[in-house]
Amino acid sequence: MNDIPTPTVAASTTVPRIGHGLRLQWEEAQSCFVLLYPEGMVKLNQSAGEIMQRIDGQRDVAAIVADLERAFAATGLAPDVLAFLDLAQRQRWVDWTAP
Amino acid sequence: MTGAPPRPGPPLWLLAELTYRCPLHCVFCFNPVDFARHADELGTADWLRVLREGRALGAVQLGLSGGEPLLRDDLEVIVAEARRLGFYSNLLTSGVGLTRERAHALKQAGLDHVQLSFQDSTREMNDFLSHTRTFELKNRVARLIKDEGWPMVMNVVLHRLNIDHVDRIIAMAHEFGAQTLELANTQYYSWAHLNRDQLLPTHEQLQRAEACVDRWRERVGDRMRLLFVAPDYHEGTAKRCVNGWGSTLLNVAPDGVALPCHTARMLPGAAFPNVRDASLREIWFDSEGFRRYRGTGWMKEPCASCEHKERDLGGCRCQAWLLAGDAQAADPVCRLSPHHALVTEAVARAGSNPGVEHPLVFRDVPNSNRLSRAGTGTPAG
Repeated sequence: MNDIPTPTVAASTTVPRIGHGLRLQWEEAQSCFVLLYPEGMVKLNQSAGEIMQRIDGQRDVAAIVADLERAFAATGLAPDVLAFLDLAQRQRWVDWTAP
Repeated sequence: MTGAPPRPGPPLWLLAELTYRCPLHCVFCFNPVDFARHADELGTADWLRVLREGRALGAVQLGLSGGEPLLRDDLEVIVAEARRLGFYSNLLTSGVGLTRERAHALKQAGLDHVQLSFQDSTREMNDFLSHTRTFELKNRVARLIKDEGWPMVMNVVLHRLNIDHVDRIIAMAHEFGAQTLELANTQYYSWAHLNRDQLLPTHEQLQRAEACVDRWRERVGDRMRLLFVAPDYHEGTAKRCVNGWGSTLLNVAPDGVALPCHTARMLPGAAFPNVRDASLREIWFDSEGFRRYRGTGWMKEPCASCEHKERDLGGCRCQAWLLAGDAQAADPVCRLSPHHALVTEAVARAGSNPGVEHPLVFRDVPNSNRLSRAGTGTPAG
């Protein structure tokens, strides 16, 4: 009722970090990035893995988008990254401090 | 779908039961009734080898369980190796033995998560059911877990004697700042099976508890995840055993016996392999024990021609053995099982039982020795 936190929408200045207690790592046996949490695991698809591995609690979304666009010789990735981050925050895979 | 079982993927979950020793005496414990016969524990070097072999197979989640794993004084060494190898390590504990110093050492060694189990939110019930005075200790341990920055996951096993306290249990978890609370209805194997007539809740108790959980979910939203594990006795449908026999979980018991689930040791047939004699790779892919009920080719009717067989994989083999006396039978909790009346009658008795006719059997070494001699824990018991 009154103790549900209000999620804040990601913006280009948002600095995301991996959620508390979670660990991202590459799993050779599954050929993908996985997100590990207490007694469970999510296998990430390739684009989710590329975004998540750039989240270090230092870089903001603009820097992450720029890095992805460089790595994949692409432009206009910001809407996809922002949409992913909002989804990932709802899943508590990532978190950030509201501005 | 007959013939050789399918070749499985990696055992993503490695469950290391480090010891059967435990300071508690819980009446719903899923350790074998004859645990006192299996006291020859693996040494440190064996466990480190098991971790390395498991990781090489692709295991990624590690459960450190028991008994009470804190009774192993090499726990920090095991945790450190697990971290070095890239496991996500989960300590499943009652909290007995976790001092501030030990918690800190485990954090330094790289332990990722502590799951703290409670018997109830009221001290009287907690002490009665675990047979020691532990509630104050768990309050303290919950604070230690928070102070070390571990995710706070609490687990409470529900049954007839505590399920009416579920509102207080959730309130306590909320107050402690738990991220996740697992409300796990008792599964009736081992000690819980011995005590089933006293522990099975009624349908009405379950409905009240579920309604209470729903109210809390509305109130706390996604701040605290509330997992309510429904009891299969009341549902009429079988559940996959550990996501499918030999598909995901590899359990190593304290004496090195490798099991497809933590209660499989009770099943008839050839002995399960031991990590002292074989590598985890041989055990996982090639051993008869892990292939025995993998897939669907082993099934009898009514499972063999059932439309749900790929969903539930026939349910739990231990339950089939305990209730139907046939480890290949359909899980009797399924309403399609010819033995289903055994389950509905047990649930009906829960609603009409006026009082306790025989005392609860507490999980301890004298009882284990007595019951081992008596052969209890098999269908004849």
